Amino acid sequence: MAEAARARPIPTPETQHFWDGTKAGELRLQRCDACDHVYFPPRPFCPACASRKVSVFPASGKATLYSYVINHRPAAPGFTPPYAIAVVTLEEGPRMMANILDCPQTPEALVLDMPLKVKFEKLDDAITLPQFAPAKA
Amino acid sequence: MVGAAETTKLGVIPDMSQIQLHADAALNAIADAGLKLSDIDGIATAVETPQQIAHYLGITPTWVDGTSVGGCSFMLHVRHAAAAIEAGLCKTVLITHAESGKSMIGKPPRSIPAYSLQGQFEAPFGVYGPPSMFPIPVLRFMKTYGITHEQIASVAVAQREWAAKNPRAMMKDPITVADVLNSRMIAYPFRLLQCCLVTDGGGALILTSADRAKDFPRKPVYILGTGESVETPMVSQMETFDSSRAFKVAWPLAFKEAGIAHKDVDHLMIYDAFAHLPLYGLGDLGFMPYEETGKFIADGNTRPGGKLPLNTNGGGLSYMHSGMYGMYALQESVRQMRGIAPAQVKDAKISVCHGVGGMFAASGTIIFTNEK
Repeated sequence: MAEAARARPIPTPETQHFWDGTKAGELRLQRCDACDHVYFPPRPFCPACASRKVSVFPASGKATLYSYVINHRPAAPGFTPPYAIAVVTLEEGPRMMANILDCPQTPEALVLDMPLKVKFEKLDDAITLPQFAPAKA
Repeated sequence: MVGAAETTKLGVIPDMSQIQLHADAALNAIADAGLKLSDIDGIATAVETPQQIAHYLGITPTWVDGTSVGGCSFMLHVRHAAAAIEAGLCKTVLITHAESGKSMIGKPPRSIPAYSLQGQFEAPFGVYGPPSMFPIPVLRFMKTYGITHEQIASVAVAQREWAAKNPRAMMKDPITVADVLNSRMIAYPFRLLQCCLVTDGGGALILTSADRAKDFPRKPVYILGTGESVETPMVSQMETFDSSRAFKVAWPLAFKEAGIAHKDVDHLMIYDAFAHLPLYGLGDLGFMPYEETGKFIADGNTRPGGKLPLNTNGGGLSYMHSGMYGMYALQESVRQMRGIAPAQVKDAKISVCHGVGGMFAASGTIIFTNEK
């Protein structure tokens, strides 16, 4: 029996720019032209003020570790436990889920508020995931 | 509330499909209320559709509610049903829940569509079921408020003491904080005994207007106040991990409508899919500052004999958890208000029942009393 494959996102018209960005090595966020609110996940209007005038811009890629679990069981298809599932706070404000790469998956190594830097992980020709790794001092 | 019952069996029920569990609970509740099926003119349920349950039971409703926001859906059904009865849309509402959570008989698998925002921005990072998602906020909560691993472990210990008094509870053997902290790791920081059970079962409730309620065989339980809200289906997109916005919006609506203060609460249910939920609940519902929640539970205040009896059936951690536990929290509040709970809180007159749906995605609060 074939092993179940890792969950793979299917972009929609509203999120395509984000996935085009990760493929190009950019973490793209959106900012409201009317009220300056920066938000994620992508949508073609501002969830703070409902303006449809919004712009896509590249984020700095800097983030901090907000919280996480280290998942032991059951593991998702395509993952080898234990692995951390984290939520990071981007320098620009929004939060997003990610794995923490290049780092032991232990409570000792994963310290809340530690600085992180975006790292792009290619899943296949269509999808590159935004991931994070400890920022070099 | 004139009828309330759980399925005939709870736990592992491999000989019954999910829809039959709904029917079993519904027939028990209808019998409890001394009604006939034809008396029911309103129906509410979650996951299964109202049309599915109405047809299966042979009910012709004039009011339906299929609100399905996770495990607190039934709190929302109670709220909506009370409003519908008040507005004259129907007279007698049946609310059903059942889930073949363990045996998976006649239960569709849960899946996250790959095109949804969760499918795009959470699923690719290895989330796989509630244990990998619901505890994600807890390390931040612990850091913000200085809560210890031992304090959160004590939630499971306290609830096991309540479960020991409930013959229908799944897990009744006493446990210690050390047992909890030495149990199998599931998703750090949570271990097996800090995660809810996975069982089969169901429950049903019957509501009618307060003026009709006195004519029923059981002493009625009255609804004093209700509240509800939703935040986000994505745990990563909560406004903060220090609290739950859905909790903080729902409970004040209920307390204000009921006209009660925290000191009036004799009995409390806080949906505990995982061990951190009661801490969020005590803090978000304004019972005490968040910093004190861990110590409050560790010091025994929510155990049998404590000043704030909490999750007196043993909760999702020890009583049962078929997947959408809110119905069982409501059942225990009703039993406490009827004075028939196995671990009865003496002279309890006001019960607060607070539910969560999804991973802090939704919330519903119901306040019951046994005095008109």
